[in-house]
This record gives sequence, C-alpha cells and structure tokens, in this order.
Amino acid sequence: MINLVWLVPLFPLLGFLINGIGRNFLPKSIVGLIGCLAVLLSFGVSAGIFYELSESSATSYHQPLFSWINAGNLSIAFAFQVDHLSSLMMLVVTGVGFLIHIYSIGYMHNDKGYAKFFSYLNLFIFFMLLLVLGSNYVVMFIGWEGVGLCSYLLIGFWYKNDSYSSAARKAFVMNRIGDLGFLIAVFLIFRYFGSVEFGDVFAKAALMPAGAPVLVLITLLLFVGATGKSAQIPLFTWLPDAMAGPTPVSALIHAATMVTAGIYMIARSNILFTLSPVTMDVVAIIGLATAILAATIAITQTDIKKVLAYSTVSQLGYMFLGLGVGAYTGAFFHVITHAFFKALLFLGAGSVIHAMSNEQDLRLMGGLRKKLPVTFFTMLAGTIAISGIPPFSGFFSKDEILAHVYEHNKIFWIIGVIGAMLTSFYMFRMVYLTFYGKFRGTHEQEHHLHESPPSMTIPLIVLAVLSVVGGVIGIPEVLGGHHWLAGYLAPVFAMSTAKGTALALEHSTEYLLMAVSVGGAIIAAVIAYVKYVAKRHVPASDHAERGILARISYNKYYIDEIYNAVVTKPLDFLSGFFYKIIDKAAIDGIVNGLGKATSLAGRGLRLLQAGNIGFYLFMMVAGIIALLLYGFYKI
Amino acid sequence: METVTQTIQGVPLNHYILLSAIIFSIGVMGVLIRRNAIVIFMSVELMLNAVNLLLTAFSAYWGDASGQVFVFFIMALAAAEVAVGLAIIVMIYRNTNSTDVNVLNRLKW
Repeated sequence: MINLVWLVPLFPLLGFLINGIGRNFLPKSIVGLIGCLAVLLSFGVSAGIFYELSESSATSYHQPLFSWINAGNLSIAFAFQVDHLSSLMMLVVTGVGFLIHIYSIGYMHNDKGYAKFFSYLNLFIFFMLLLVLGSNYVVMFIGWEGVGLCSYLLIGFWYKNDSYSSAARKAFVMNRIGDLGFLIAVFLIFRYFGSVEFGDVFAKAALMPAGAPVLVLITLLLFVGATGKSAQIPLFTWLPDAMAGPTPVSALIHAATMVTAGIYMIARSNILFTLSPVTMDVVAIIGLATAILAATIAITQTDIKKVLAYSTVSQLGYMFLGLGVGAYTGAFFHVITHAFFKALLFLGAGSVIHAMSNEQDLRLMGGLRKKLPVTFFTMLAGTIAISGIPPFSGFFSKDEILAHVYEHNKIFWIIGVIGAMLTSFYMFRMVYLTFYGKFRGTHEQEHHLHESPPSMTIPLIVLAVLSVVGGVIGIPEVLGGHHWLAGYLAPVFAMSTAKGTALALEHSTEYLLMAVSVGGAIIAAVIAYVKYVAKRHVPASDHAERGILARISYNKYYIDEIYNAVVTKPLDFLSGFFYKIIDKAAIDGIVNGLGKATSLAGRGLRLLQAGNIGFYLFMMVAGIIALLLYGFYKI
Repeated sequence: METVTQTIQGVPLNHYILLSAIIFSIGVMGVLIRRNAIVIFMSVELMLNAVNLLLTAFSAYWGDASGQVFVFFIMALAAAEVAVGLAIIVMIYRNTNSTDVNVLNRLKW
C-alpha cells in the first residue's frame, strides 16, 4: 500500500481535471460525485498507508517518482516522503477535506460555478497533499505556492463582487511576501547543505552547534514564510478578509489545509528550529502576540465568520507558541484537533448562514436553537472543544501546549491562559448570540428558517463526534493515558528530542495548570452567558459610540488602516512617481525624443539633396579641400 | 640641339607648379561658377591639362618617361569623356532647349 502513495495526490488531480474540463456539460450530480470520490479515494489510500506504517517497524518511506531538476551539482528529485508526520497530516487533509466536499454539495447547490468550485477544491487538496508529501523543500514549495493559488481562486470565487476579488488579491499578495522568505531560506539551505532533501539537510544540520548563524538565518526566513501562510503577525490581515469566499472554502482553508502549512513546515524542519534558540523565542513571542491580538479582536466582531476567522488566527498563534517552546507534538496535536473543531464551526456557521438566507451578522440572529437543532448541538460541541473544556478534544491539545509554555516561561503561560479565557468568551458569545434569546432578524427570514439538508448536517455530525473524542489520541499520562500521538510522532522529532529536555513537571503542578485553564475557560463562558443570555446584551450597531477599548478592538486595532498608511500609501505614491515621472516623462521622453530627433534630422538633411548640380559640385570640392587640409595638418 | 627635356628643365620647377595650380584653380572655379554645361566641360579640360602639365614637368625633371605616358592616357580619357559628355549635353539641349546646369535639378530622386 505504501508504495501506492503517488495515488493520494493523483485522485484529486484527476478530479480537478475531469470537473475542470467538463464544467460546462457534466451534470451537477456527477460533478459532486467525482469531486467527493476523488478525495474519498485519497482518504482510503491514506488510511491504508497509515495502517501499514503503524504496523511496520520502518519510520520513514521515501518514494522517488522522477528526477526533476538536474543542473550542475543541483539535483532535485520529485519524491514523496511518507513518515508518521505526513501520514497523519494526509489523513487530516483528506478526511476533513472529504467532509467539507460533502458539505459543499449541499451548500453550493444553487451556485452557477458549481463544477468550477469542485474542481478548485480538488486542486486545493492536490496541492496540499503535495506540500505534505514532498520529500524536499522544493516539492513542498510547489504545494506551498499551489495552495496559495487555490486560496486566491477560491476566496475570489464570487469574482464579480469587487471587494471579494480584492480580498483574494490581498491574500495572494500577503502570501507572496511570506513566500519570498521561504524561497530565500530554500536557496540558503541549498547553499549551505548542498541539498534540499529533508533527510540530508536534517542529518547535516544535526551535527551543527546550536545557535549557528546560518541556522538562525534559515529558520527566521522559514518562519517568515510560515507567518504569511499561517496568518501570524504581521501578515495576518488577509485571513479575516478571506471570509469573502464561500463558507466551505473558509472551512477548508482554515481547518485542514493552507493555514496549517506553516506549522507543518516548522514541525517538519524541527531540528533546524531546535538548534536556533533565537528563532524559537521569536516564534513563541510572535505566536503568543498573535494569539492575544486576534482573541481581543474576536470578542467584539459581529460577523459570525469574522469571529471564527480571528479565532483561527488566535489558535494558530497557540500552535506557534507551542512550536516556539519546543512542544512540537503538542502543536501538531492542536493542528489535528483544531482541524476537527474549526472545520465543524465554519460548516456550522455556513449552515446558519444558509438558514438565514446569507445573513452573517450576529446582531440579526438569535433564538436559532429550536429551528436548527443539529447545527446548534454540533456547534456547541465545537465551541466547548475550542474553549478547552474537558473532556473535549481541544482541552488536551491546548493544555499540552500550555504545560510546555509554563515550563518554558511563566509569564507566557499567564498570557496564554488569558488568551484561552478570551477564546472561551468570544466563542460562547457567538453561540449565545446566534442560538439563544429571541430572533432579531426580519419576518421573512424567520419564516424561512430551516435545518440544512443531510449533505450538510452529516459532515457536521461526523466532525462534532471527532471534535468531542479527538483528544483520545493524546491523553497525557497524568490523566491515565499514554499519549499515543507523542509515541507515534517520536521518530519524527527524535533529533530534536535528543537536543532538548523532556517535559518534567510534577503531576500536581500539571493538575494545577489544567485546573487554572479549565476554570478560566468556564468562568469566561459564564461571563458570556450572563452578559448575552441573562442580560440579553446585543452588540451595538456599527455607528454607535463605543468605549475606547471596545472601539480599538472593534476596528481590529486599525491594523489594516496602519498598513494602508505605512505600506500601501507610500507604495502607491512611489508607483505614481515612477509611472508619471520616471516612466512617462523620462523613459518615454528619451525614446520618443530619439525618434523625433531622427525624423527632424532627416527632414533637415532632405533639403540638402536639392538635385542642384552646382551645389553638389561645390560640396564635392569643399569636401576634397577639407580632406586635403585634414591630411595636411594631420601629417 | 637642345632636347625637349632640356628646354623644359630650363624653367624652374616652381613656376610649373604655380602655373599648374593657377590653371587648376581656374578650372575649379569655372566648374563651380559657370552655368553653361559646355563651359563647365571646358573647365574640366583645364583641370585635366593642369595635371598634364605637372606630370610632364615632373617627368622631365625626374628623367623618367612614365609620367609622359600617363599624360597620353589622360588625353585619351579626356577625349573619350568629351565624346560621351558632349553627346549627353546635346541630348539635354534637345530636351530642354538649354545647357544651363541649374535647370537640371532632377538628380534628387
């Protein structure tokens, strides 16, 4: 089975081709079937590979497909690497991806670009699988760029709307900024290690001393790439705007694919990062800052998808925090559980939006609990999971990260717990505003309210189950488990583990940490309940006066405006300068001037050729005299 | 009896050069200034003869006959040229009723 790994990305690619070519004549039922089947088959193969890998004693399998780039001493094979990390990631991508495909059948049913949508989705999965499976940085980079392209296509799916298109463009451009960092890092890796294959690079890097400047530089640049793809400070503003795409796209981008690419890449390159303590600190600080910043923005947002988007940014911050303190397993654990509950929450939000006839404003919802029971219960499960309340999955992964953070730096831990409380608060706020109280929308909407079709609710239920029980793969020892995930991933992080120190907290301390974070989450949930259910508070309208803190948070710290003033405006000015002065005036002037001078000179010289023989003769004699004089004085 | 060579040598070389330059200049001025094609032709002949004179003088002073051979070539050439040139001028006259070179400004295409 494991040597069939090339089938995994092949199926979605075929799905993309079939649906893409046949988009104008294939019936919708066939399109949906092909789209889902492609991912399902990939999932089947992935599951087989996963099973075979966990049974076998080998920890890594390398499958070269063909020699790709050969120039001088540069030799890059198009090869896949299957190990414990990529096999798990494959399962998550295809598994959650499959559920999102199923959901899309219902959600996109009335859309004109139905087949186009499915072909893009398949392409997205294809590139994500390339990213995951690539055995060297270059193949990974293809996938990396590919998901960037697909995110552009999908965010701007409703391209006729200008603001949607510009959101897509923003995502694309911001990702390119990060990609530059990644690309330079890859060049540096080749320069210093003579290879871009993961195996070679890591083996050579492991022999280098910790803190080697080369490693620090490479890892910092890799991290720049990760901040772009995984929406961290300062490149996170594209992610909330990416909500312009259809909801399944948001779910796919946010949960299982693109945004986790940065975490996956760092987890994959863990040894490089472990050996660069400076970068680790940078990663941790950026992660923590992003987690808090996004969480404080999320608490005042009124668009249901925006709340979730900032929540994703915040959760990604936690994952980077985990990576930064060396908790690679914990961070990856959170990737998996987050894929479950964030996909669930987005799909749930999509279901609400579907029922509300495309209304996304929390202030106009309320009381949907009775009308949308399945959506309500599944979203509640997702909310509890993301808030880190046991025994739901989010608790285990977040707690593992926080435990490592505690050991690393107590202040980080305190900030992290505050972030967790904020998470719990804004998530429950969203649930309460959506599902509790009285309905605040129009009559027409109220009349229309209906539960979504089975193609949408079944993925919700499956994801809800996963969100609830997903934590079992990583129950820590202190709670009587043996942390299967840590054991499974141990070979991947072996080199890093050898350099670092294992988590050595007293069990009593661990209990205490859990109690604090769980207690905080519950308190935050209760505060949200009191405010939004008991006191029936509804967020003020856009134009209402707000307190200074609320205003800053509601306006997202004015970061977009700051970027606009600091980056966009000067760039626009510079472009204008180059266009008007340099290009139009200088360069065009020179080019046109040459042309004009030639034609003027021609016009002038033409007059000399009057055909007058006397003049010709005179010129001839004058010329001869001039030549003679020249010769005379020269010699 | 004095030979031709000795007669020629009887006059200083500078005089020949001066005379030749004067005749040549007259020829040039004639070509540049006059408008009648036939006079221009004659001026050309003047220039040729100025050169012939020089060639003969140098040849005599140098004691080498090849200069005088050149003079015969030039004379033959001038005769041929006059034969062709006069024919052209006659044709021009027939077409335009004039031998004024300023009328002939058709060379510009």
